[in-house]
Order: sequence, then structure tokens, then C-alpha cells
Amino acid sequence: MKPKTVFSKIVPYLLLIIITLPIIVGYSWIIISTFSTKTHGLMPVDRAGNFGGLTLSNWNFIFEPEIWLVTFNTTILAIGLTLGVVVVSMMAGYALSRIKFPGRKAFLSMTLILHAFPTVTLLIAIYFVLKWISGIPILGRGLPIIGGFGYNTLGGVILVSMALQLPLGIWLMKGFFDNVSWDMERASLIDGCSRFRTWREIMIPQIKPGIAALSIFSFIQGWGSFIIPYSFMVNANKATVATYLNNLLSETAPTNYSMVAAVGLFQLLPVLVFYIFTQKYLLSIFAGGVKGSS
Amino acid sequence: MTTGTKSVSVMKKIETEQTLKKGGKHDWFWFLLPAFILVVLFFFLPIIITFFISGTNMSTATGFQNWEWTGLKNYQRIATHPATPQHLWLTIKYVAFTLVFFNVGLSLVIALLTTHINRAAGFLFRALWLLPRITPVVVYVMMWRWIGADAPYGILNQLIIIPLGLDPQNWIPAAPFIFIVLVNGFIGASFGMILFSSAIESISQDLMMASLVDGSTYWQRVKYVIIPHLRWPLLFVTTFQTLSLMTSFEQIMILTDGAYNTEVWALWAYHKALSSYSGNLQWGFGTALAAILVTIGIVMAFVYMRYFKFDELVQDPKIETL
Repeated sequence: MKPKTVFSKIVPYLLLIIITLPIIVGYSWIIISTFSTKTHGLMPVDRAGNFGGLTLSNWNFIFEPEIWLVTFNTTILAIGLTLGVVVVSMMAGYALSRIKFPGRKAFLSMTLILHAFPTVTLLIAIYFVLKWISGIPILGRGLPIIGGFGYNTLGGVILVSMALQLPLGIWLMKGFFDNVSWDMERASLIDGCSRFRTWREIMIPQIKPGIAALSIFSFIQGWGSFIIPYSFMVNANKATVATYLNNLLSETAPTNYSMVAAVGLFQLLPVLVFYIFTQKYLLSIFAGGVKGSS
Repeated sequence: MTTGTKSVSVMKKIETEQTLKKGGKHDWFWFLLPAFILVVLFFFLPIIITFFISGTNMSTATGFQNWEWTGLKNYQRIATHPATPQHLWLTIKYVAFTLVFFNVGLSLVIALLTTHINRAAGFLFRALWLLPRITPVVVYVMMWRWIGADAPYGILNQLIIIPLGLDPQNWIPAAPFIFIVLVNGFIGASFGMILFSSAIESISQDLMMASLVDGSTYWQRVKYVIIPHLRWPLLFVTTFQTLSLMTSFEQIMILTDGAYNTEVWALWAYHKALSSYSGNLQWGFGTALAAILVTIGIVMAFVYMRYFKFDELVQDPKIETL
């Protein structure tokens, strides 16, 4: 090869490495600092500032009961959000894809408009809706595990997160139902199956990849979500891993950042594992035009 | 005997078909009900509440009982507020810089580069660029705090500033605007990256080959073949991301919480209405600030419907008769 072609082959790689460097360095730092007493840049150091100081002591936080409380809450939030979004989207998506009814077009247009609409602007008003739900007996704040669906309950946070995720979920599920052949469904309906049973036993098994994609996406969203639990749950240290970490971040002096980084990695790990094994599914959602968080 | 059972079963079938048609008429209602309730509770109601409260003086001082109608007074207050120009200018600057340099600019560069190189390598780089989007937001911002942290801890100081012989400092207070743009830009870039790279990959190979045979350089090909082909996704990403950037504040809130003059419009509204530093939550004023963003959001969402021909996506189902 001519030197010029070699050069032009290498340049794109070099450029890409340079612009991707902040990401590579940043994520490396999270991993390195987690296992070091302190870090100077990317270099692990001991208390005196010399190279070394590798330790597992940053992970001592896993012996505190608080972290397991917030982890439990976050898991419930992520699972609740996933189940809720998937079931509600599958129901609505099926009706929009397969049944003709008055107002269908209006509902579909609305789903699309809401998908483009910046939902964070509604947080202040949602605060009032949750306060109102709190006033409803039992449903408001009298349920086990999720606490209820009102203000300062896990259920309320799940409900709000679900609603904000719905436009995307419905749209995605409708797309998957559109691609299922009509023959099988017709056969089942003629044999006397109800719409509901057809949906459950014939249609849902046909769109498993779509369900997987939406589930993974919702779980990751719920697991990492910050602004909704932060706004609608009062005690940050007892809400979710994200609010717990945010609290640590604002309280801790930079010298103890390694411990904070360990909590961060603790929250990041499940996402990374999911991401590595399910990239293909996730890309199908992102390519469909997911709402940019920024 | 056999013909008898056969005809009975046929009769039964016709019967069930008829009952199905009768009984199943309102099935759609039950399928849509849960979604409908959620949309009403957390989209429609909040939009109404936002405009309603923005016309009152409601705050923690007045409570839910003693508030009064003030009409457009909150909007007048916004217009004459001494901090308004500052928040407005900051928001415009922040949206413009993030959009031009990252959400459109850098994402286009990454898309061009990753589709140019070896397929697997391109995929790897794109996967790395998706990481910020899926990382829990607090962890992601923590990483940036560390990049900007003071010497001897901060990555920027240790790896670049000190080796160059410059003065190390705590970069987030020193260059807060650059940091809010970077933090959001590194997430935002992946949106355009995905749309652009799939658009580039969909350009017919014949067209690419033809330009190669004609002896065009890579830059000529980008200019005359690829960019014209990307007009539509470019327009879509620009408009879509303008709206999301204008209303986003989560990352800024975690990074600086509005300190060092980084309080964009949406964060200002959030602080006024929901964050109790002063002890008094000004719901009326805060919702008025938010109502302006909500209005822009509604208008833009309708424009998208029209302009990007979204209404073609909502045609009747092709097979609907039973």
C-alpha cells in the first residue's frame, strides 16, 4: 500500500479515538477509583500520594442497611415500571393496531404528539396530581411495599414514570402488532375466542422480540431514573439508589470520592450487564426515535 | 349421524361468530382504558393545572385555601423580572451551543467516521457513544465532576493541564458553561449518531460506487452524495433536539444545581415551584415559567405532526373486518 492510503486509513480511527477519549477515560476512572484509596487523575494512589493504595474498603457501604433499602426500592421501581409499561402498552397497542373504533385516529395522533412533547415541563403540575391522589383512602398511601400511589410513595413514582414512558411504548407495540399476520388471529376469533383471549394467547407470543426490547429499555430507565423519585419522594436517603448517590455526591468532600464512585459502579453494573447482552434489542428502540433526554 | 353433528358444529360456529360480533363491539374500550387513565392523569390534567395555577398567586404562604386569582400578573412579573434576560440568554446560548457542536455537529462527524471504517469497529465506537445515554444520570454526572475536579484529583488537570505546564484549577466553577454543554452534548450526540448512521448505510451502494469511479475524494463524496441524502434526518434531529434541550435540566441540576450562572429556564421554573431553599414555594410564578415552555412544546409537537408527515402514520388498519 502507498503511504498515503495507509495514512487515510488510520486518520478516521485516530479522530474517533480522540473524540471518544472523554468517555473511555471517564468510565475507566469509575472502575479504577472504586478499588483505590484515592486517585490522582487515573492513577491509584495511597494516602501519602504515592502510586498504589489498591483497596476493597470503598465497598464497605454494602454492609450498611440503607443501601439495601434503596436497592430494594429501586428494584421495585424498575420492575413495576417495566411490568406496567409493557402490559398497558400491549393492550393499547393491540387495540390501535387491530380494531377499528371511533376516535382511533385521534388517539394515535395524540400518542405521537405526546411522544414529541417535553414531559419534564409537567413535573410541577404532576406534584399537585400526586398530592390529590394522596387524599384517596387506601389507594393514596395505604398499600404494602409500594406504599400507595400518592405523593411520597414508591407507587406514585412508578405511576408517573409509567405515564411518561407510555407514548413510546404504545407506539412501539402497535408497530410490532402491525407486522403479525392476520390469518392466525382470524382463525382464533372465528373459533370463538374472545378478543382478550386472542390477544393473550395468540398475539402476545408473536411479538416477543418487541416485548423484550421494551422491557429492557423500561428496566434501564426505571433503574437509573433520578428526577421523578427526587421530586416526589421526600427522604433522598430512603428513596432510590439514584437519590442516595446524589445525596452522597453533594455531601462528600472530593477526597472521599472513591467511596462515592463505588456506589456509582454498584448502580451502573446491572445496566452494563444488560447493555452488553442485549444491545441489539436496545438499538431497535433507539433507532425508532427514542425521545432524547437532552 | 355424522352429517348431523357436522351441521350442528357449523351452526355453532356461525352462532359464536354472531355473538362475538355483538359482544366484542366495545372491546377496544377495555384495551385502551388503562392507557387513557394514565394519559389523562399525567398529561392532560397537568397541562390544565399548569395554566390554571399560573393565573394565581398560589404558594406555600397562601396554601391550597387562601390563594387568589391574579390573572396575567405572573407573566407580567416574568417580563419585568431582573433575572429574566439572564436566564433567557443563558438558555438560548446553551441550546445553540449544545445543538451545533454536539447533537448535530459531533453526531454527524461520528456517523460519517463510523460508517467509513471497518463495520465491526464502527459498531464498537457507536456502542461506546451510547453508554452515556443508558448510564444512570447521577453516575454519569459524577464522572464529569471528576473529570473537572481540582488538582491533584481531577482527570483534566492531571492528564492535560499539568503536563502542558498550565495552572490547574477546579474546572466546573471556572468554566461552568462549557461543562453543562459537554455533559448534555455527550448524551445528546448519540441520538443524531444513530439516525444519521442508519441513513448513511441506507444510501445505495451504486451511488457510492459511481462517485468512487468518477474519482471523487472522500470529502467530495460527503459533500455531494451523503449530506444531500441526510437533509431529512438533519432537519428532524435539529428540531426534535431543540425542544428537548430547551426543556432539559436534570443533568445541570445534578452538576451545579444552577450555581455559577447555569440556571437555565426550565431549572429556574423547577427551583421556584418545587425546591424550597427560601422555604416558600412559589407555585404560581413557577408554573407560569413552566407554562411558557409547555406552550412552546405543544406548538412544536403539532408542527412536527404536520411537517414530518406524522399524520400519514396514523392511517386506518389495513385489515379490520371480521
